[in-house]
Amino acid sequence: MVIKFQNNDKPVRITGAKDMPPMPAALGSMRQNKTGSWRNVRPVIDYDKCIKCFICWKFCPEPAIKIVDELPVIDYDYCKGCLMCAEECPKDAIGFEKEGK
Amino acid sequence: MKKTMMGNYAASWGAQLARVQVIAAYPITPQTLIVEKLSDIVADGELDAKFIKVESEHSAMAACIGASATGARAYTATSAQGLALMHEMLHWAALARLPIVMTNVNRAMAPGWSIWADQNDSLSQRDTGWMQIYASSAQEILDSTLIGYKVSEKVLLPTLISFDAFFLSHTMEVVDMPEIELIDKYLPPYKPEYKMDVNDPRSFGALTDEQYYYEFRYKMQKAMDEAVDVIKEDGKEYEKITGRAYSLIHPYRCEDADMILVTSGTIAETTNVAVDELRAEGKKVGNLRIRVIRPYPKKEILEVVKGVKKLAVIDRNISPGYSGIFSQELKSALYNEVDIPVRSYIAGLGGRDVKIEDIKDMANDTLKNDAPNDLIWKGVKI
Repeated sequence: MVIKFQNNDKPVRITGAKDMPPMPAALGSMRQNKTGSWRNVRPVIDYDKCIKCFICWKFCPEPAIKIVDELPVIDYDYCKGCLMCAEECPKDAIGFEKEGK
Repeated sequence: MKKTMMGNYAASWGAQLARVQVIAAYPITPQTLIVEKLSDIVADGELDAKFIKVESEHSAMAACIGASATGARAYTATSAQGLALMHEMLHWAALARLPIVMTNVNRAMAPGWSIWADQNDSLSQRDTGWMQIYASSAQEILDSTLIGYKVSEKVLLPTLISFDAFFLSHTMEVVDMPEIELIDKYLPPYKPEYKMDVNDPRSFGALTDEQYYYEFRYKMQKAMDEAVDVIKEDGKEYEKITGRAYSLIHPYRCEDADMILVTSGTIAETTNVAVDELRAEGKKVGNLRIRVIRPYPKKEILEVVKGVKKLAVIDRNISPGYSGIFSQELKSALYNEVDIPVRSYIAGLGGRDVKIEDIKDMANDTLKNDAPNDLIWKGVKI
């Protein structure tokens, strides 16, 4: 199997222990396993209601909410749809829709 | 500089000389003085380190793991029940290949509630992947801490330094404190190739399926194999700067011995005296102190014992349902290699004193009896 340990690293073909780091680190497994595929429901931020308090960003356990251009943005590659953000949002600005449409 | 100090403080000052950066610890008798002193040292500004007070030993090791993963030199100390509570995190530290050094004051496991010397606490952690050192003097506690970090940071395995409660932890000895300039040269700052860094994020300890896990275990074993030589080399380098030599085993008057006593910890020091007295009586007896039990110095032990007629092991520990642990280890090392009868003694559990006369009794008993014996309870009141 061929993996890249880091974005900037050259791809490495792993055939055995000699190609591996000493500890289970930097195997790039999170890059391969997009855990967002586990999601049943998809949280959606209504930016008209958002007051940029970033409580959702603080509470997201993944963390799958990033701050982009001073707004909270959900990374759907890794969001598992736990809806903790929707629960904690003080302005009810985060709703959800069923996944798989 | 020479100072009179307790074994516990030798551990504290060893950590200070190693310039540890993070200390996370929970107090437990007889270890308390180690971290109490370190807390003073940090509060007084004599060591640039973060002292993290935690709610349990499990958390202490967890904090050390986090610190070490970011590339900090991490230290903790514990004893008995505290070490047992760390058990899960000990596996984690070793498999994450973090060069943490921990001091463990050997104390008997409860119940009956006991704070006295017994090796069952640390030997219960034998298979967690930590290198294990058994010190027999306050000087060795300090020196082992420094050598421990050097070895650990090379082979990426954590080191556990154990020594007997009260016999060493609370007794005073003269200890030579090496100059910090010498130690800074011997032990440069830890610079790991893989570390947690927000500017270069990597996942650590992530899901490792059957395609990889087996190979990580293989690599850990290779690191243990390598550690045998690294411990010898770094011990020799330490001798060059301090004049004190350390290896995996420390034989005493073994060269021409007919019978060798195999010991560890403070019992080994008493055995040296017993050996001198037995030699004065014309008995050709030696003492082989096992200083490092993981990695196990099989080749080195065989080299010393191959010519002797008999061996006697004294264990201040027991694996209930079988026998003393150092004895089992020795017998497995001899099997397929040499045929020497071994007599195995249990002594001094729960801090019972093992006197010179007791050791001479065990030696004379072995000299008199040719038959091997797996389990002899020295001094048990029946």
